[in-house]
Amino acid sequence: MCDTCGCSTEGGAVLRKPGQSDYHVHVNEHEHAHGEHHSHEHGDHHHEGSGRKVVLEQDVLQKNNLLAERNRGYFEARKIFALNFLSSPGSGKTSLLEKIIPALQQCFPVAVIEGDQQTTNDADRIQALGVPVIQINTGSGCHLDALMVNRAMKELEMQNNSLLCIENVGNLVCPALFDLGEALKVVIISVTEGDDKPLKYPTMFHEADICILNKIDLLPYVEFDAAKCRENAMRVNHHLEWFELSAKTGEGLAALREWLEGKMAQH
Amino acid sequence: MHEMSIALSIVEAVEERARQEGAGWISEIELLVGKLAGIEPESLKFCFSAAAAGTLAARALLAIEEPEGVGECGECGMIFPVNFYYAECPACRSLRVKIISGEEFLIQSMTIEEEEE
Ligand SMILES: Nc1nc2c(ncn2[C@@H]2O[C@H](COP(=O)(O)OP(=O)(O)O)[C@@H](O)[C@H]2O)c(=O)[nH]1
Ligand SMILES: [Mg+2]
Ligand SMILES: [Zn+2]
Ligand SMILES: [Zn+2]
Ligand SMILES: [Zn+2]
Ligand SMILES: [Zn+2]
Repeated sequence: MCDTCGCSTEGGAVLRKPGQSDYHVHVNEHEHAHGEHHSHEHGDHHHEGSGRKVVLEQDVLQKNNLLAERNRGYFEARKIFALNFLSSPGSGKTSLLEKIIPALQQCFPVAVIEGDQQTTNDADRIQALGVPVIQINTGSGCHLDALMVNRAMKELEMQNNSLLCIENVGNLVCPALFDLGEALKVVIISVTEGDDKPLKYPTMFHEADICILNKIDLLPYVEFDAAKCRENAMRVNHHLEWFELSAKTGEGLAALREWLEGKMAQH
Repeated sequence: MHEMSIALSIVEAVEERARQEGAGWISEIELLVGKLAGIEPESLKFCFSAAAAGTLAARALLAIEEPEGVGECGECGMIFPVNFYYAECPACRSLRVKIISGEEFLIQSMTIEEEEE
């Protein structure tokens, strides 16, 4: 049962808004008409004891993929450029957004969807920047999916021509499988992790378009070979756009900002 | 645990189709899960039994075929087995390798049975 409204929804994701403790929306699928059995005449069927094979050849993630395409269509129609930010917990996704959004906002409107299992902490941090933000709490779920984003984007007051930043749940495995309808995937890794991380989580780095090495202010204090990390990432995906920066000091941020501004101008 | 949400989507997809076909229950489901698809078959099987409980697929056997990874070199055209994304062409050492098989993640088919007497 839901703690906030007492409804009987079990599990599932919930949308929340910072500073509005009574606002929440359950992300449920529409009710399917599961009860409609075909009336089944047994007249001239052969009962052979063994079953009948039905070929599906259907992508397991088809439903998510179809919904992601609808999200993509919505974004395109409104000229919204959507980025899906992915990393392990603590690599600095929220910190990067906090640092870069004030600069980006000078050029175009920005909106944010925050994904976390619990709390609106990250959405509160983004709210302080004065941009529209909505929190998706996935509960036990370890990734965002296209349905959650579909519901969240309808609740978010987004202007046309916005940059939409979607911060996924901290996890380098599952979110790689779920298309949200974004234009690009951005994977973040920090220098306090291992420089072989791209090799340990190849699916994520293979799917990503941009890779950001964060916390470079800490490089003097840790054993981390940035060149090696880059090389490892490129071995998994030679199309990766590579940036090195510190969300704390702002070093290296200008290159990313200019690149994003260029993308916004083109799309 | 993404295998759980994936198991639920498999159950939903086969149930929907089985109902259209007027099936009583589903006895077998054949999946194609490429070695590079990012899915752990054992974990998927484990989640499947929980996801299928109380559905038409509750007693279904999950048969998983796992195609090997195959890469094609973008420089010299060589085709060779790969077991990871950072494959290097064994002929010309190029890293411009395109994965041509091993990323499949499909529900191939299922076997449906008549209503129980
Ligand atoms: N030194 C340093 N710390 C950082 C940097 N970026 C983020 N952090 C710290 O890393 C921790 C996790 O950051 P957060 O943005 O919440 O990570 P998220 O889980 O990916 O959203 C926080 O304590 C941040 O202050 C950075 O560039 N340098
Ligand atoms: Mg965060
Ligand atoms: Zn509720
Ligand atoms: Zn359904
Ligand atoms: Zn997972
Ligand atoms: Zn070659």
